[in-house]
Amino acid sequence: MSTSVRALPAWADVALIPLLNVAAAFFISGLVVLAIGENPLEAVQILIAGAVGDLEGLGFTLYYATSFIFTGLAVAICFHAGLFNIGVEGQAYVAGLGAALASLYLGFLPGYSLVIVAIAAAALFGAAFAAIPGYLQAKRDSHIVITTIMFNYIASALMGYLLVDVLRTPGQMNAETRQFPPGGIVPQFHEVLKPLGIVWPVTPFNLSFLLALAAALGVWALIWRTRLGYEIRTVGVNATAAVYGGISPARITVITTLLSGALAGGLAVNVILGEEHRLILEYTAGFGFVGIAVALMGRAHPVGIILAAILFGVLYQGGAELAFDKPKISRDMIIVIQGLVVLFAGALEHMFRRPVAVLLARRTTQPPI
Amino acid sequence: MEMFDTFIQIFGSGIRLGVPLILACLAGLWSERSGVVDIGLEGKMLSGAFAGAAFALFTGSAWLGLLGGVAVTVVVSLVHGYASIDQRANQIVSGTAINMVADGLTALIGNAIWSQGGRTPEVPETALFNAIELPFVDDLEGVPILGSIYRHLISGHDILTYVAFAMAPITYWALYSTRFGLRLRAVGENPAAVDTAGISVRGLRYSAVIICGVLVGLSGVYLSLAQAAYFQPHMSAGKGFIALAALVFAKWRPWPALATCLLFGFLDALATRLQGVELPLIGAVPVQAIQALPYILTVVLLAGFIGKAIPPKASGVPYVKER
Repeated sequence: MSTSVRALPAWADVALIPLLNVAAAFFISGLVVLAIGENPLEAVQILIAGAVGDLEGLGFTLYYATSFIFTGLAVAICFHAGLFNIGVEGQAYVAGLGAALASLYLGFLPGYSLVIVAIAAAALFGAAFAAIPGYLQAKRDSHIVITTIMFNYIASALMGYLLVDVLRTPGQMNAETRQFPPGGIVPQFHEVLKPLGIVWPVTPFNLSFLLALAAALGVWALIWRTRLGYEIRTVGVNATAAVYGGISPARITVITTLLSGALAGGLAVNVILGEEHRLILEYTAGFGFVGIAVALMGRAHPVGIILAAILFGVLYQGGAELAFDKPKISRDMIIVIQGLVVLFAGALEHMFRRPVAVLLARRTTQPPI
Repeated sequence: MEMFDTFIQIFGSGIRLGVPLILACLAGLWSERSGVVDIGLEGKMLSGAFAGAAFALFTGSAWLGLLGGVAVTVVVSLVHGYASIDQRANQIVSGTAINMVADGLTALIGNAIWSQGGRTPEVPETALFNAIELPFVDDLEGVPILGSIYRHLISGHDILTYVAFAMAPITYWALYSTRFGLRLRAVGENPAAVDTAGISVRGLRYSAVIICGVLVGLSGVYLSLAQAAYFQPHMSAGKGFIALAALVFAKWRPWPALATCLLFGFLDALATRLQGVELPLIGAVPVQAIQALPYILTVVLLAGFIGKAIPPKASGVPYVKER
């Protein structure tokens, strides 16, 4: 990649190019809004007002952001090992099963120890479902992209069967489990803050947000401050060289996919344990795929991922308000923006490098090399 | 005899469900054989279905609908081509982007034009691809078994179905018996060698990407103008990914691709048929188990337990000319 691309100063690499890429995605999005006959600037205004204009909007925004931090981290940790996990959606779906089973059937556990077990169960189920593609990639050389795509559909079929035929409360029309007991849920902020005298409007924003921040910190420490993280990055950059360094790429592949699946379980913690308090059909709603956009936009760095997740939280919450005000700009617009971010920040990430390099070289007195 | 009629019915709907898979799978075959991995088949199929329905509604002609659907899909395909070939992008990322943009944009535009939540109005009968009755159907009526097979399985499909079935041998011939096909396969295995021979790697890969766009565009048009008479958001419902699974299952070869897509179409028809039916000995089979079967089979194959699926060697690898 770097052979044909001129070296850029660090600030351009870290800030300018990613900003240009994202700006291009939003510029095209603006053109799309214009094309369907609406004013993009007005749309942005409504979107931002809806997302961060009041505490209620902010609560929803941060609730969505929590989901995206988890799925973004899940995708990103695999990026570091040179793996592309498209299966976060399915892993999170199955993780929901773990959370629900623990919360529903381990009710004898005292107090909030139940929810801690339920969170662990979500992580465990997510990891277990990611383990199979991870193992197949490591030991049998089956491409993880294809297997994780297949596993998304297998998850969908499996969970559909379990929810419709096994877990559904008898006599209930909807394919969902019964409500979790009070000890088996993650408390929401408006409840937590009430005893402290702080009034926060009723929103799904819950303590999972803190868990997400902790996970981001944990991923950062793991990737850049531990031996395992070094091994993951080495395998990601050059698996062959890693072997000469005494690292087993197969082992790293399995460990990384396990961690990724566990992080995907965070989506279940936020949505199932934190908001729905019951397992529902297709609860993941494509949020696993948002993680791909978030990871690419955040350049697989936890800080970038948190920022990108908040941006997507703004888009999802503000987009809902926008669709209400301007029916022409339906929520599908958010999927378009998401796709364009993946296109420009991911697939076409080097498109602006050459022009920027030429421009910067012309401005400095240094002769171009 | 009733048993026989049931079989004919299931096979008939299996063929109809298999057609979009065949076209999309062969589309993926062309692209991946040239070294461009395509997980964006799903999004391209949606684009073709939407544009096909829109053009057919505006012009009142199925053929202009087809032309529009295919043209739009080729443009979408070229975006993936530009990213993969010229920008040397990660082709998985590019395909994911195509899927997302197509999924959102078709629903968004459909909703903006017709205000029905993204669904288009019903396409009139005259702007659809309707069933064609082949000659001698009535003459063969009296022949036992064969007459019925001829009437219900061979005759009575629309033109796109016959095109889909013809595409397998055409693809086989083009890939294995023409100079272009040989070069195209070579560029998917060893682009450097092709380059050394003075043939343009870029040109070959772009041709493959365009052929891919045409074929998957046809599969989209089939969805909205033959199988249904409208476009509706997310109507491809994972068929692009099943086609991808079929491509892996068929080990990137045209004839097995045809057979696999028919098998997967048949499984789909069977799943619908067996809904809530108690089978002797087995009992009720969960529909989801049959629906998941194509994916499970593909994973088992990929795991190397039944044969080994080895993709074209250079697929997914951008070609960098040596300097």
